[in-house]
Amino acid sequence: MRPFQYARPDSLDHATQLTAPEDTMAIAGGTNLIDLMKLQVETPQELIDINRLTMGEIADTDDGGLRIGALATNTATAAHDRVRSDYPLLARAILAGATQQLRNKATTGGNLCQRTRCYYFTNIDQPCNKRDPGSGCGAIKGIARLHAILGTSNHCIATYPGDMAVAMAALDAQVLITREGEKERTVPVRDFHRLPGDTPEKDNVLEAGEIITGVTLPAPVEGKQIYRKVRERSSYAFALVSVAAVVAMTDGRISRANLAFGGIAHKPWHDPRLSELLVGETPSAAVFDKAADLLLEDAQGYGENDFKIPLTRRALAATLADATGVEL
Amino acid sequence: MMKLEFIVPITINNTAHPLPDDPRTSLLDFLRRDCGLTGTKKGCDHGQCGACTVIVNGQRINSCLSLAVMHDGDSVTTIEGLGTPDAPSPMQKAFLEHDGFQCGYCTPGQICSATAMLQEIANNMPSDASESLDGPIKPTPEEIRERMSGNLCRCGAYANIIAAISEVAEGDAA
Repeated sequence: MRPFQYARPDSLDHATQLTAPEDTMAIAGGTNLIDLMKLQVETPQELIDINRLTMGEIADTDDGGLRIGALATNTATAAHDRVRSDYPLLARAILAGATQQLRNKATTGGNLCQRTRCYYFTNIDQPCNKRDPGSGCGAIKGIARLHAILGTSNHCIATYPGDMAVAMAALDAQVLITREGEKERTVPVRDFHRLPGDTPEKDNVLEAGEIITGVTLPAPVEGKQIYRKVRERSSYAFALVSVAAVVAMTDGRISRANLAFGGIAHKPWHDPRLSELLVGETPSAAVFDKAADLLLEDAQGYGENDFKIPLTRRALAATLADATGVEL
Repeated sequence: MMKLEFIVPITINNTAHPLPDDPRTSLLDFLRRDCGLTGTKKGCDHGQCGACTVIVNGQRINSCLSLAVMHDGDSVTTIEGLGTPDAPSPMQKAFLEHDGFQCGYCTPGQICSATAMLQEIANNMPSDASESLDGPIKPTPEEIRERMSGNLCRCGAYANIIAAISEVAEGDAA
């Protein structure tokens, strides 16, 4: 690990000042950042430990939703009574990720900011446009089993690896962000992560000096909530494909279909056209197939990950069948 | 940039220790190198194997993925703090009785992890293997396997590890 200065701010304002200069990074649970510092993928000059700031609260909002503090651990969030009863999708997604040891340290803000597990990104001897802009992408025409099939660019085909944010995207949660001297701004989780384009080094819309203070979930809506994660082994593995779904039925027809997908893009993938297509339809295998056609019309495989295209189709159909009671 | 003055020490197995000067020191290296507590093991050093699992303020964590300087005021329990050869903890005893190891390298992490894990079940915390998020949760082999997925055993002593943990879990429930 490269040497760094360690500092601990005494207030949120102080933290935004300290994290404003380049080469500084905020650390919360550290389960991803410390790992990347050991690999010298991340080499901050200054590490700002925000753990002692009071941002761990999980509290009801005035409009019936829930505000989850940036420093609430994944364990605390998944075990929270209202998350279990009103947002089981979020509890299930968190519990499907990592291990208990990691979830005990991992936080809301840190989980959102976790970096890709692309093998080229985490190996400093390999080319990677995300880690070292302009050095090339080793994954294109390389080992690409984990990689994206939607929203890729010629510069990067990495995936966002997490589960929590995929559930939050389906639930239409908002990320709360603050910076020194400015009002808190709100960014939908669906817009927080970016597509790689020609600047894959930027995972998300967070600017230098900005700190995530929390995430708000809107008031719960009616419908069945499902997180379906397909992975290489049944515990402690990243998603090959995951589907987060909030689906409601009224008089035999689909009346709500909020869907987000993990493991297939540089961000939790949300395609608003799916809800437009599905709502009003009587659920059937043919309807699910039409939704998959739309979702995957621009999908592109890179050899090793070609399987993700049919796998996404099947995972979507299985999730919708489960949610609507249709036998496939 | 200020230099931090740590007024509050870290408490390890009920003994106070001053924190290290180099902020790069992981909690794992601090325990082993600075405190002489070599029961906690370094396997992968990347949070994948769980050999470094210790209990901090009642919660199990990977000590390799935490910096020692972040832990002033915290209370850490390592395998040395759970019991001794003369007075082993119930979990240590069960691992011995059930042969829950071969080479033993992952064992301190397994035992720390399992000890905290049974408390999580007692606190009704769900896992990915729980059918309902509302509980009650029973320490079935399926639950134990999922909850212990952060602790690898390359000798493959899993069957006996589960037998050991199950015995303690049944004792707790009785």
